[in-house]
Amino acid sequence: MADAATPLKVPVPVPPPELARVPLVQNQRSFGWISDRVAAITEGKAPKWWWAAFIPSFSLLCLLGAMIIYQISTGVGVWGNQHPVMWGWDIINFVWWIGIGHAGTLISAILFLLRQRWRTAVNRASEAMTIFAVMCAGIYPAMHVGRIWRDYWLFPIPDSNGLWPQFRSPLMWDVFAVSTYFTVSVLFWFVGLIPDLATMRDRATTKIRQFIYGLFALGWTGSNRHWSNYEKAYLILAGLSTPLVLSVHSIVSLDFAVSQLPGWHTTIFPPYFVAGAVFSGFGMVLTLLIPLRSMCKLEDVITMRHIDVMCKVTLATGCIVSYAYLMEFFIAWYSGNPAEQFHFLNRAMGPYWWGWVMMMSCNMIVPQLFWFKKVRQNLVIVFILSILVNVGMWFERFVIVVISLHREFLPSNWGYFKPTWVDICTFLGTFGLFFTCFLLFMRFLPMIAVSEVKGVTPQADPHHPLAKENGGQH
Amino acid sequence: MNATPKIYGLLAEFDTTSSVLHAAEKVRDAGFRRWDVFMPFPIHGMDRAMGLKNSKVGWLAFLGGVTGYTTGMLMIWWMNAVDYRILVGGKPMFSPFGAFPPSYELTILFGAFGALFGMLFLNRLPRLHHPLLKHKRFRLATHDRFFIVIETDDPKYSPLETRKLLEDAGSQRIEMVEE
Repeated sequence: MADAATPLKVPVPVPPPELARVPLVQNQRSFGWISDRVAAITEGKAPKWWWAAFIPSFSLLCLLGAMIIYQISTGVGVWGNQHPVMWGWDIINFVWWIGIGHAGTLISAILFLLRQRWRTAVNRASEAMTIFAVMCAGIYPAMHVGRIWRDYWLFPIPDSNGLWPQFRSPLMWDVFAVSTYFTVSVLFWFVGLIPDLATMRDRATTKIRQFIYGLFALGWTGSNRHWSNYEKAYLILAGLSTPLVLSVHSIVSLDFAVSQLPGWHTTIFPPYFVAGAVFSGFGMVLTLLIPLRSMCKLEDVITMRHIDVMCKVTLATGCIVSYAYLMEFFIAWYSGNPAEQFHFLNRAMGPYWWGWVMMMSCNMIVPQLFWFKKVRQNLVIVFILSILVNVGMWFERFVIVVISLHREFLPSNWGYFKPTWVDICTFLGTFGLFFTCFLLFMRFLPMIAVSEVKGVTPQADPHHPLAKENGGQH
Repeated sequence: MNATPKIYGLLAEFDTTSSVLHAAEKVRDAGFRRWDVFMPFPIHGMDRAMGLKNSKVGWLAFLGGVTGYTTGMLMIWWMNAVDYRILVGGKPMFSPFGAFPPSYELTILFGAFGALFGMLFLNRLPRLHHPLLKHKRFRLATHDRFFIVIETDDPKYSPLETRKLLEDAGSQRIEMVEE
């Protein structure tokens, strides 16, 4: 038996250089460098570009406030919603914003379960994006009911009428899905922030910073007995967020699919909506992070490899969405249903043909460029394409909501939808809310998950040669 | 004010993940109970090096999930089929299929609460005061250093021998932390 205990002398195969993985943090940065660089964004004076972005964002936020007050005090008639298109920009923008949020949860939860370690560099900012996008989305359903002071009827709260919500309606499911999504996203984000808030507390130079970060860090010390429970809780939250994110956009799609309307009444909607949501969300993550990584000098943390991988996810989800578009047309023909067939011809050749062309070109053709490595490595092109992805996804929701509604079964029931200036200003205002929140987030909170990025450096692995010496460049 | 403040424990500093991992194994083998390792990120293998058991957070999250699903189903059944019956399109007053989506969401919501509050409960957090948090050098525990703390309350603690153990385990810098 002594022979069995002798370790076998197997030469460790060294991969050829072209197969070696690009490190997740470049230039062998040390642990200290990571917290210094990330915390530096929140310390010191705000740079000029931050103010240049914040002032217009905040102005748009004020515009949103004015539009909301105007809409509430006047009525939903200030929007372009008119018979037969009773769902207009409010529902388009609701679905668009909530879809954008989905990439954040995909990155933070699904990629965590799949052990995709590259997610650590982008998950904090994407989760913040999720929360702010869901806030923008939530405004629309709250306002489009018309009498916003009756919004509490949506929740199972006892009232003097003795009535309860009607749970057989998908719109009711939506209330539960979206409010759960928002709450769990905030919890997940906060749990991830706790160790980093402790880092911020421990390096604070003023009493106020130390107090506020200390308050939210909940007394975190970095104890391994705590880390042990913490990591388990994080894993469970990731495991819960995964079915949650898949259910949210599925339920949003059921708002449409449960109806009888041609163009809405399809079983492909739930998976197609989820893929589209992830597609648009990755578009938004790229739009946000490409400028931020150079503005905040984070190129060593959000590397070209990260951009490359995110482009590939965009391509993959773009292909799923394209498949769904083509399959809808095929099923319309194959079903033999004249109302369905008319609807799809009307999509491509009716009065809103331009919306359909925008959707098809931005969502089907544009992402195909990501097959080329030259494109994925060119930040300017990736940035432009990422914006086009979200333009395309906005038109997808326009096609689904407006084109389906404007010509249904009876020609006497046809109409043409036009947005009003209030529609447009409210939509612009939601960008104000989104970017104001995001800019405040990156000024006051660590926008990179510091403790997680430290954990994926080579010297964090106790068995790596770099862990034996105090490795890393300062 | 006491002239001699009570000592909370011995604080040993380490520079690398590998040194703190091996030191933790030595402290575990010496049979200490009231001790802990502090680090800016979780080190793979540290739970085993400290001899910790699997965390119980999962059970609390599971309990939350079960509560959420039951709450959802019972609430919808009672509201729509018992307390105020409304017939909609000839559908049954209560059907588990229609009640499933909101109950599913509540399962996740309560499960997430179970995970978060369970984690905080097991860690005895939030805690706004801790002897270690007053220590200047300990601030590096959330930056780039690793610490092992052996508390004076530990039955095996003795000022000289424990210090010797930590020195032998490879720590270059050992300090006393006051309560």
